[in-house]
Amino acid sequence: MERPLTQHMKSDGTALSLKEYEASGGYEGLRKALKMTPLEVMNLVKDSKLRGRGGAGFPTGMKWSFVPMGEDAPKQKYIVANGDEMEPGTFKDRLLVELNPHMLIEGMIISAYAIGASMSYIFLRWAYHLGAKRIQVALDEAYQAGYLGKNIMGSGFDIDMDLHTSVGRYICGEETALLNALEGKRANPRNKPPFPQVSGLFGKPTIVNNVETYCNVPHILAKGAEWYLSLSQSEGGGGTKLYGASGRVKNPGVYELPLGITLRELVEVHAGGMQDGYKLRGILPGGASTDFLTPDHLDIKMDFEEVAKAGSRMGTGLIIVLDDKTCPIGMCLNLEQFFAQESCGWCTPCREGLPWTAKLLQGIEDGQGRPEDIDILSGQTRYMAPGNTFCALAPGAMEPLQSALKYFREDFEEHIHTHHCKYQHH
Amino acid sequence: MAKEQVISDEARKEIEGLFHHLPHKQAACIDALKVVQKYNRWVSDEALQELAPILEMSAHQIDSVATFYNIIFRKPVGRHVVFLCNSVSCYIMGYEEIYKALKDKLKIDFGGTTPDDRFTFLPIPCLGTCDHAPAMLVGEDLYRDLKPEQLDEILAKYE
Repeated sequence: MERPLTQHMKSDGTALSLKEYEASGGYEGLRKALKMTPLEVMNLVKDSKLRGRGGAGFPTGMKWSFVPMGEDAPKQKYIVANGDEMEPGTFKDRLLVELNPHMLIEGMIISAYAIGASMSYIFLRWAYHLGAKRIQVALDEAYQAGYLGKNIMGSGFDIDMDLHTSVGRYICGEETALLNALEGKRANPRNKPPFPQVSGLFGKPTIVNNVETYCNVPHILAKGAEWYLSLSQSEGGGGTKLYGASGRVKNPGVYELPLGITLRELVEVHAGGMQDGYKLRGILPGGASTDFLTPDHLDIKMDFEEVAKAGSRMGTGLIIVLDDKTCPIGMCLNLEQFFAQESCGWCTPCREGLPWTAKLLQGIEDGQGRPEDIDILSGQTRYMAPGNTFCALAPGAMEPLQSALKYFREDFEEHIHTHHCKYQHH
Repeated sequence: MAKEQVISDEARKEIEGLFHHLPHKQAACIDALKVVQKYNRWVSDEALQELAPILEMSAHQIDSVATFYNIIFRKPVGRHVVFLCNSVSCYIMGYEEIYKALKDKLKIDFGGTTPDDRFTFLPIPCLGTCDHAPAMLVGEDLYRDLKPEQLDEILAKYE
């Protein structure tokens, strides 16, 4: 099986140098792209059915096509990599930037060429110190080799790239909040429209894509859309996906697999099944802000469509596994405390609603819950539903809670009636 | 008598080096705060006052940015900051045990600094290493698959 994103990574944990990356076929995609027109590059990415890997799954080529092109378009445009990997339970972009930073850089250069951008930024979360060092080394190598800078590879195309390391806050992963952070401001999200493709960084057309999304682009250019589609087992999109698992499974980690493998294969084969003495109780399929799935859902495909049909979202594709010895209310409390803390405070339902939600869950977990708390909590999931808040943070926070109220209702009721949490781990 | 500067000439130079490529100086605000913190460990009120003319912003504007981000410290911190992940995968994998052990060893709770200024202890959201939970950072050093019995050896590395 082909694993374009990870197969050349070195097992000793060091990053591929420029020479090693080139020897594995690196910068071939860029070479090809520069012989095509920007529109041809964009259309190739559209044909590959590459979809955004940051969580929303938006078709990448279509996103790019909203950028104004041609003579009348603004001269300054930007490409930004969203490397603010702060979704709890997600650790795939760390692998990419630590072990093969040139793949990200090449993907961004090709993307910049497709939309006519001359400046690009890698926005990396603060905690990835090793990744930051390795990206900086790779950027220096790419400048020296003439892949970055003026008139790259004699093409007449100019592109600069800079690394920006953040100073914390989950909301920076929201693309318009990220742009505010890059502009040196508080990372409150912006109103949409206008979308960043039209008015983004410093008011100029900007594409923000996830790190993993950009890493797919060189391979699509080098080997074509048909090859890329053949990697996938999903109708809705091409390529492989970096899946992963954390929690009480035998082999937690990141695994590059065809897009659209079943949840069962992910849990039982690649994650190795549950650790001895633990049973599978629930799964957050793609980070903290996705709805729980249960063992009944194991035969669905892990792609954007089927996970949505099952009432959740594929999100980042890195699953968090709830075992039978961990309290589901305790887990929800942990999640809601995180979201309450990370609310940017801009809109009232999120700023006030999330701490209230966390407080109710704390009461239930501590044995002080009241019967009416369950209704109040399910009311919260409606008050903070999509459309009632300024951005997707609070609706995302409600996803694990609303599904926990559905699948683990007896646990909520038992905590309230017995004034006690029966779990070993709570 | 002139007040002593809290932003050194060296730090000031580094901040002024951030401006090229940027459409206006305010865009360097976060990076400038990082520079101040690199030299001073934290950002004091005096540092905000001195930053204001450099960035062509008011000290209050800068403070509104500084207080938004959790890795910009507006209170003094120790020589080493211990960031313990308290997000969901670490919760499932038993971060509580590490938390209790660290609290005992450092004799401070989250938000505290040891009297000798050696450590500040803070919670941190998901460190993105969930396949090796529980995890923590000490300064820039990542420690994973933590067990309470490893903590003494880890902490001893930091003076």
